[in-house]
Amino acid sequence: MSALRFVAGRLAGLVATLLIVSFLVYGALFLAPGSPIAYLTRGRTTSPQDVAAIQAQYHLDKPFLVQYWLWLKGALHGDLGRSIIYRQDVTGLLGERAVNTCFLVVAAAAVILVVGLPLGVLAGLRPGWLDRGILLGATGAMAVPAFVAAVVLVSVFAVQLRWFPVFGQGQGLGPRIHHLILPAAALALSFGAYVARLTRAAVRAELASEHVQTAESRGIPRAALVRRHVLRNASIPIVTVSGLTVGGLIAGAVVVEQAFQLNGLGSYLIAAVGQKDFPVVQAITLLFVTAFVVINTLVDLSYVRLDPRLRQGANR
Amino acid sequence: MTLSAAAVPDAPAAATGSRARRSGRWFSRLGVGGWVAVAVLAAVLLTALLGPLFVTTDPNSVNLSYAYVGPIPGHPLGFDGQGRDLFARLLHGARTALIGPAIVVAVSTVLGAAVALVAAWVGGAVDAVVARVTDAMFAFPGLLLALLAVSLFSPGVVVAAVALSISYTPYTARIVRSAALKERSLPYVAALDVQGFGAGRIVVRHILPNILVTVVAVATLSFGYALIDLAALSFTGLGVQPPQSDWGVMVAEGVTGIIAGYPQESLFAGGLIVVTVGAVNFLGDRIEGASGDPR
Repeated sequence: MSALRFVAGRLAGLVATLLIVSFLVYGALFLAPGSPIAYLTRGRTTSPQDVAAIQAQYHLDKPFLVQYWLWLKGALHGDLGRSIIYRQDVTGLLGERAVNTCFLVVAAAAVILVVGLPLGVLAGLRPGWLDRGILLGATGAMAVPAFVAAVVLVSVFAVQLRWFPVFGQGQGLGPRIHHLILPAAALALSFGAYVARLTRAAVRAELASEHVQTAESRGIPRAALVRRHVLRNASIPIVTVSGLTVGGLIAGAVVVEQAFQLNGLGSYLIAAVGQKDFPVVQAITLLFVTAFVVINTLVDLSYVRLDPRLRQGANR
Repeated sequence: MTLSAAAVPDAPAAATGSRARRSGRWFSRLGVGGWVAVAVLAAVLLTALLGPLFVTTDPNSVNLSYAYVGPIPGHPLGFDGQGRDLFARLLHGARTALIGPAIVVAVSTVLGAAVALVAAWVGGAVDAVVARVTDAMFAFPGLLLALLAVSLFSPGVVVAAVALSISYTPYTARIVRSAALKERSLPYVAALDVQGFGAGRIVVRHILPNILVTVVAVATLSFGYALIDLAALSFTGLGVQPPQSDWGVMVAEGVTGIIAGYPQESLFAGGLIVVTVGAVNFLGDRIEGASGDPR
């Protein structure tokens, strides 16, 4: 029963966070200098019809809370407003770009899972030169921002060695993956290093714990010991951090897409900020934050599976 | 953290004793690596402060006939694609690259620590609200908030730094709050309270000095993150505005050179970012480790 309460609590937290965040994203419009309508149309010649259309889109003639509610209702129904530059529905403009961003984030997450996580486990299980080397490498890699990694990778692997294309995203599955390797590596580097360091610390802490030493003294084979006693328990802090890492990946995707000129939500966000296309900025920000909050709630819910104490009703 | 001092019944003596014991020692436990990091950072800071006074080459003077020319006497690092002196641009870029994070750290540390100390001391509903709001703010990555702010106001490092300060405050507040809560539950605090010392005095004179290591560690690590976020923003063209030089701007401007086979500009600027952030992170880890937690 306690598991049920835990799930209900997390879902309520999700809704509360999304409400606060969406309120911030909508209310931001009113923080801008000048009136909202002057801000939305700034620097452009607009016909009275355009002004009326924007006014209707944001319901600017209604009280603030009603405006927010109508905007939120629209967003929940997939209506994210109209782009002021392209005069199209924002939802339509985002669709294909969202897919490209998803590809990038998933590819980077895969690199972290396949490289960062095992390196962390290895370093945690094997003290000595291997551990020191991995720790040193990870500490160094954490200091490399994604955009610096991007230019170094392009310089070495795209320009000097010509193994990969410099920019763009390619057509068809094969070329697409080929185009995605450098961006994914650039995005995964510092976060993967972070996950590796944390995994190492979690494994080390479990190895030193009394229950593992007891299990070892009972003569349980090393492999089973590692699998059932160390990794199982270490997985909880690792999963927590992985959820937060995804948030970093989403923010990092903005910079990496820009560096590799990928046509995703991130590079579009930067363009929209530059073009002063505020409905698009709002929509992408809301989408990113929502994705992050939802993923972290899913991570929280996975504790029910990982931590039996939650299922059996013990207090955490 | 077990404290022998906390067991001493005489409260003021216990309080001063514990303060001397814990805050006086942390920088002597940085180790060789920690001091190397301090030296690297001091060198970077001094160069940023004093360098432009000694190197008189104009970082913005364009001379296309020197485009991508390598090192020559008087120009130790050569020139960028517009024939501007790379060494001068890196020196001047250091200032813009470091001032932004300094603002972010100052604002977010003062604000975050103040909120955390009040929440931890008052407790109850105030504490619950602070915890809830900081949790919600975690959903907003700093870079996204900075982009939102830039689109509301105008591209530039000040707007971005203010936005990042707001986004870093909950992070600082959360860590300082948990340290302050731990400290508040120690017997010496109760003893001071019983003896009639005012809340402000207990918090500022006794609790804050004892958790100062944690505050310094968070501030140090925040500096590294802020440097990366601000440089990333400048890289996308929405932070420091060209022609003003900045490390993030230089990494972006050097991309044309990379494709032409002259990667110096991006690599030098990127390398300085990595070295600075690396030293900051290393130092932050060391200070965190010296704060008494075994891990």
